[in-house]
Amino acid sequence: MKVLVCVKQTFDTEAKIELKDGKISDAGINLIINPYDEHAVEGAIQLKEKKVVSEVVVLSAGADKSMDAIRTALAMGADRGILVKQDIAADEYSRAVALAAAIKEENPDLILAGHVAADDGSSQVPTRIAEILGLPHVNVITSVEIADGKATCSSEADGGTQVTEVTLPAVISAQVSWNEPRYPSMKGIMQAKKKPVATVDAVATEDKVKIVEFSLPPAKEAGIKLEDDPDVCAAQLADFIKNTAKAEIKA
Amino acid sequence: MAGTWVFVEQRDGNIRKVTFEMISEAKKFGEEVSAVVFGKGVEALAPEFAKYGADKVYAVDADVFANYNTGAFVAQMAAMIAEFNPNAVLFAHTFGGRDFASRLAQKLEVGLATDAIDLDISAGKGVFTRAIYAGKAISKVEVTTSPILATVRPGVCEVVENAGAGEVVKPAVAATDADVYQVIKEFVPTVSARPDLSEADAVVSGGRGCKGPDGIKLVEELADLLGAGVGGSRASIDSGWLGHELQVGQTGKVVNPNLYIACGISGAIQHLAGMSSSKFITAINTDPEAPIFGVADFGVVGDLFKVVPLLIDELKK
Repeated sequence: MKVLVCVKQTFDTEAKIELKDGKISDAGINLIINPYDEHAVEGAIQLKEKKVVSEVVVLSAGADKSMDAIRTALAMGADRGILVKQDIAADEYSRAVALAAAIKEENPDLILAGHVAADDGSSQVPTRIAEILGLPHVNVITSVEIADGKATCSSEADGGTQVTEVTLPAVISAQVSWNEPRYPSMKGIMQAKKKPVATVDAVATEDKVKIVEFSLPPAKEAGIKLEDDPDVCAAQLADFIKNTAKAEIKA
Repeated sequence: MAGTWVFVEQRDGNIRKVTFEMISEAKKFGEEVSAVVFGKGVEALAPEFAKYGADKVYAVDADVFANYNTGAFVAQMAAMIAEFNPNAVLFAHTFGGRDFASRLAQKLEVGLATDAIDLDISAGKGVFTRAIYAGKAISKVEVTTSPILATVRPGVCEVVENAGAGEVVKPAVAATDADVYQVIKEFVPTVSARPDLSEADAVVSGGRGCKGPDGIKLVEELADLLGAGVGGSRASIDSGWLGHELQVGQTGKVVNPNLYIACGISGAIQHLAGMSSSKFITAINTDPEAPIFGVADFGVVGDLFKVVPLLIDELKK
């Protein structure tokens, strides 16, 4: 059985965002694997360790720089990589079409990805891929059992946990509570350099969504900072909560 | 054009508030607004939507819609869009809503703006404001395809009562069991008396300064007094004091309550991204240089183990 993991290269979540010429500036920004995708990579490697799957292929669409995200996944333990060269500004439709075309060539039994990217926060691409490929999907999973050609997934749904069963092949998107991603070992990093990575060009598409503008949120101004005896602080804070924020006291 | 549709988010007839928020918001643009609801016995819900201005209620009643499942819901919605031709369809940005909208958008090969925090659907155009990098930047996007599809973040639009005709329309059931590809084995509701973080009016969060379960207990006591949701920074989640689903920040939940109380949270940029859009922010932290004070409307430099019990007493007065 073959599993394919989609990863996106994103800004480090500690990065401060700045604009340059009306666009998001990447100057001096540390790039990482989208944290949600990292859990998908870990999930795939664990399935290989349990001998549920025999091969882990990692796929990314983006600029040449996205190769670093693929190499990180290979260092964690994936077997080989595919980079689909595509404009990093492609919308969710174009991204899904490009990834789905590469997935179709591979014909995997299971497709994994993070359920959302920490940069654009769209949470569309895994579900769109499933629709293009005509496969079932399950989102926001916190565990999965694979047996008899089926995947049984627990998902973090609103207000509870949902258990969903789908037939493989299927697209499954990861929530961070699924597992704890490993750090690549020094040996893993050395081995990753020798693992094969194929490069293909993205299918030409026309975006369905247009960026009108980027802006930064208005800077929040610091208010009162009180340093006094705890009882004085507590009384004034209670006054703020009751009379300024007008919060209701329930109990 | 058949106006704006709002897809109703409900479970067992319990309608989520975000549905009314979207109906109220859609009414601002002067077009016909319809609520679209799939389920069992859902026709009876129609007056609920009329209260907020729904001109029509498209109610589709069938066993196949008893639980949300992507395949049947997408098949039904796609058939109805082809028949009635709405200008825009809005969904809640929730577990079900974003799943539904994403698969529908790809089936129709159209664009979709997810997690909108503001919208402009006037003059047949769809322009949406989105918080990207968990709120560290804002993007404005236009969906250039038809129908205009978007998911709207819960809690960002105001609920306004506004009587509508609520005329019930019963479209043909277009989905069958053959459209279902996900078998829902079970749904286990989270047993919590506290509100969901994304919909709570107030959120009390605990961080590293809580030092352990005793500190979290204080956070929970304060939260319950305010009927608030409980959240945490990465430090308290990674330490196992709170469940993963309660993490506030860039790799957790983005919250926007009226009141946010940060207890023992220094305010790493990844946490600030998840709560900076709260209306009133208060913070209690021992370090006067903590970045959380840079966004707090009212900050207290002090030990939460001393301040929070006193604060609870003061609030009870």
